[in-house]
Amino acid sequence: MKIAVCVKQIPDPNTPYALDPETHFVQRPQDQVLDDTDRYGVEVGLQLAEATGGTVTLVSMGPAGNLQGIRQALAMGAHKAVVVNDPALRGSGALVTAKVLAAVLRKEEPDLVIAGTESTDGYTGVVPQELAELLGLPSLTFARKVSQADGKIHIERLTATGYEVVEAALPALLSVTSGAVEPRYPTFKGIMAAKTKPIEQPTIADLGFGPADVGPAGSAQEIVGVRAAPERGAGRKVVDEGEAHLDIVRLLEQVKVI
Amino acid sequence: MDFDPSPEHVAFRKVVREFAEAEIAPHAADWDREHHFPAEVVRRMGDLGLFGLPFPEEYGGSGSGLLTLCIAIEEVARVDASMAITLEAGVSLGANPIYRFGDEEQKARWLPDLVAGRTLGGFGLTEPEAGSDAGATRTRAVLDGDEWVINGEKVFITNSGTPLTALVTITALTGPREISSIIIPAGTPGFLVEPPYRKMGWRASDTHGLRFEDCRVPAANLLGERGRGFRQFLTILDHGRVAIAAMAVGIAQGCLEQSLAYAKERQAFGRPIGANQAVAFRCSDMAVAVEAARLLTYRAAQLADRGRPYRQEAAMAKLYASEIAVDATRHATQIFGGYGYVDETPVSRFYRDAKVLEIGEGTSEIQRLVIGRGLGLPL
Repeated sequence: MKIAVCVKQIPDPNTPYALDPETHFVQRPQDQVLDDTDRYGVEVGLQLAEATGGTVTLVSMGPAGNLQGIRQALAMGAHKAVVVNDPALRGSGALVTAKVLAAVLRKEEPDLVIAGTESTDGYTGVVPQELAELLGLPSLTFARKVSQADGKIHIERLTATGYEVVEAALPALLSVTSGAVEPRYPTFKGIMAAKTKPIEQPTIADLGFGPADVGPAGSAQEIVGVRAAPERGAGRKVVDEGEAHLDIVRLLEQVKVI
Repeated sequence: MDFDPSPEHVAFRKVVREFAEAEIAPHAADWDREHHFPAEVVRRMGDLGLFGLPFPEEYGGSGSGLLTLCIAIEEVARVDASMAITLEAGVSLGANPIYRFGDEEQKARWLPDLVAGRTLGGFGLTEPEAGSDAGATRTRAVLDGDEWVINGEKVFITNSGTPLTALVTITALTGPREISSIIIPAGTPGFLVEPPYRKMGWRASDTHGLRFEDCRVPAANLLGERGRGFRQFLTILDHGRVAIAAMAVGIAQGCLEQSLAYAKERQAFGRPIGANQAVAFRCSDMAVAVEAARLLTYRAAQLADRGRPYRQEAAMAKLYASEIAVDATRHATQIFGGYGYVDETPVSRFYRDAKVLEIGEGTSEIQRLVIGRGLGLPL
């Protein structure tokens, strides 16, 4: 099975994030890490590839930096990577991201596209579904368990109250929840092998886009402001003098959880 | 001269640190309290390739050398000495003698599993009355037809009685003043594993006394040339000493980090205790010692990886790193005060774990002897 896994490099969450005060873009250092939520998609891809004798190609868009985050996923065992790295992409909305990734995926022609459910820096959570639409693929989202047989992919789709069993014929797109599998740790052998694995870095022109198609110009959305989240207020203390349970029930009713 | 690690070493250190933090650190105190050897975690270290770091790919290793192994051992020791010594002994004393001195048949039989961490090997050198004084070895192996018949006793043998243990390589007298190494497969009749020691530290690591009572193994289990046992274990110990130094660096680094965090957080007389020079300067001294020990260790490892002589450097690294590690645990315990003396903080465990680093694989006194002789002194 030929598998493509969409991954993203993000600034290390253990170091403080900074936003550019003018543009509101995340300032990206040279050293970035693989988005932790992507490790699950990579692991699912590797397991399916191992079971079917297939390959895993990483597909990514964003400032490449020193490609450390991409190499993390290559060290896990992915075979190659395509990273679209073009300054014109700065400020692209989620739909532009999906269009650019779709252009790469059309060239790669995978049987299965795997993505996380949302990135840990942008959190739009819409790219996988947009990709499926652009590529005309059935989209199996929020998988908490994945298996394949007879050219079909089966998932357990996580819902608010349980899960649904969904299946689709290949080719298809899959979004994987964190915790769906236990991602492997890269070995030293894997880290050394990742050094020489191919990483293509096409520009937007290579993919047939012009400057007006991408970045803020190509995006229908614009970030008009960024504000710090409000400080969390003090909690409310309910003192039990025999009737506290009624207070708590009333409170839960007020916030409409019961 | 270049003190910068390669990007691959940086990435690898990060992976091992993540592994150690997630898979080992949360359980280390429990294993220590229960003297529990967690075989399943050792297997996971095997899956991560840690037991195969210095061995060639044909046996399933990554062919990366002693420096890479040192980084792995250091990161494991930073959270738990027991798992670090299990790894160190598994590689340096279990697999390395087979790799260095075994014939093709012995390597093909034992190495793939040892390298993958599916099995462990021990190295039986020390006896009740012979440690560094190997000339006093009493264990005898007598050739009877095409079998060695072994009688004797070994003490303090790491990884010799775990559920994963596949073999122990022992040194034995095979003639007058003739010491040879022989492979004893686990489960051989007459190979008796004593109950585990109750140790002050390294409690989750597996250590036993061994007895051999008319234990018979095939003549082909001789490891390397007959009569070369003494030279063989000197070579094995040089390698092991660098790895022990790396363990010491890891423990000292762990102490430094714990101490810094506590010194910044713990308040006394209205300010963090780290605002007092008595505490702050201890931390400064610890940081200098850790850095110096690390450099000595990496230098010895790099010499080994470049195929150059490193006996002197190995002894220096082992001596210095183990002594500063013991110092660091003492400083950390002092900084933690009462909390450093109870099980709830890792530093009390580190305090118990560090001491044996000045003893195992050649005591500090033996290291000074090796170094002194290397300096041309008539010791």
